[in-house]
Amino acid sequence: MTLAQIIVVTSGKGGVGKTTTSAAVAMGLALQGKKTAVIDFDIGLRNLDIIMDCERRVVYDFVNVIQGEATLNQALIKDKRCENLFILAASQTKDKTALTEEGVEAVLAELAETFDYIVCDSPAGIELGAHMAMYFADIALVVTNPEVSSVRDSDRILGVLQSQSRRAKLGLDPIKEHLLITRYDPTRVGKGEMLSIEDVMDILGIPLIGVIPESESVLKASNSGQPVILDQKSDAGQAYADVIERFQGKDVAMRFTERKGFFQRVFG
Amino acid sequence: MALFPFFKDDNKSSASVARERLKVIVAHERLQREQPEYFQAMQRDIMDVIKRYVDIDPEDVQIQLENEDNCSVLELNVTLPN
Ligand SMILES: Nc1ncnc2c1ncn2[C@@H]1O[C@H](COP(=O)(O)OP(=O)(O)O)[C@@H](O)[C@H]1O
Ligand SMILES: [Mg+2]
Repeated sequence: MTLAQIIVVTSGKGGVGKTTTSAAVAMGLALQGKKTAVIDFDIGLRNLDIIMDCERRVVYDFVNVIQGEATLNQALIKDKRCENLFILAASQTKDKTALTEEGVEAVLAELAETFDYIVCDSPAGIELGAHMAMYFADIALVVTNPEVSSVRDSDRILGVLQSQSRRAKLGLDPIKEHLLITRYDPTRVGKGEMLSIEDVMDILGIPLIGVIPESESVLKASNSGQPVILDQKSDAGQAYADVIERFQGKDVAMRFTERKGFFQRVFG
Repeated sequence: MALFPFFKDDNKSSASVARERLKVIVAHERLQREQPEYFQAMQRDIMDVIKRYVDIDPEDVQIQLENEDNCSVLELNVTLPN
């Protein structure tokens, strides 16, 4: 029996790249042969299914399973590109209170019996949906943009992880926290217009697992429903692939964190 | 004449302004997190009382709870306008 590791992708602030990251990380782990489920906790505002190009295949969703209207097997959508990857869509209409601690726990426990990783795509804020997404986590990817409000919200979320998660409440080992800086623009950092990697790390004080550059490839990927990690020609795709390597303990240098040099600008 | 004196200080990069603001915000919020639940309500009440006597900006009132060995000390720091 495998017992899945539960990863929450969280941030506090909206629009920073949580869903982009959830899709990329889930696909990346699955491509490494890990059986992975990715769950959209954004009840009422689901969009992971669109990023994963399976919106037309959603028959039952997360809330249907919690409420016993469908089995997990009926609701899990098998990815067409990678046989190790499964998606559990968020409910489009039902009210958020459908997410109960017991209900979420039961679904996670059933998944944990056969999966290696469960990736929980958190909604913005610190309300119920975000609480449920982080509550059972073993590992947190704290997605942060180099911007005052995003860093502030990430710090708040760290406070929540450290005091309100299941691990905190039961006095277990704390959730393992990883900082993922996204939408990073080295050129603007060079000009003194954007917080640097060091600034963000210095303030949040948690280890860095990766830096995803601001990249046109992310929009292209979402237009076509391909998690950006599948675009290995793109800088963002490669940066996410590096995150997967580091996640598995490999020592990989950060890329795409320096201002483009002259040759790169001309030929890159 | 400078029309926008707030934006005058150009030799300080906007990133370093962001960094300094963030340090203050985050330090403040971390302190708050460690406070007991009633603390915020008490803070507001204290502010209201002060405001009854002097017109004051919330920035000029600092209320802190410091934990000592076996008790807590409530520290109140008010900068009164002249
Ligand atoms: N590295 C990136 N470069 C450029 N755009 C990005 C990047 N990451 C995310 N985005 C864009 O930002 C927006 C919000 O991303 P999303 O993943 O939905 O954030 P969240 O789930 O945190 O709300 C989307 O339009 C997405 O395409
Ligand atoms: Mg999202």
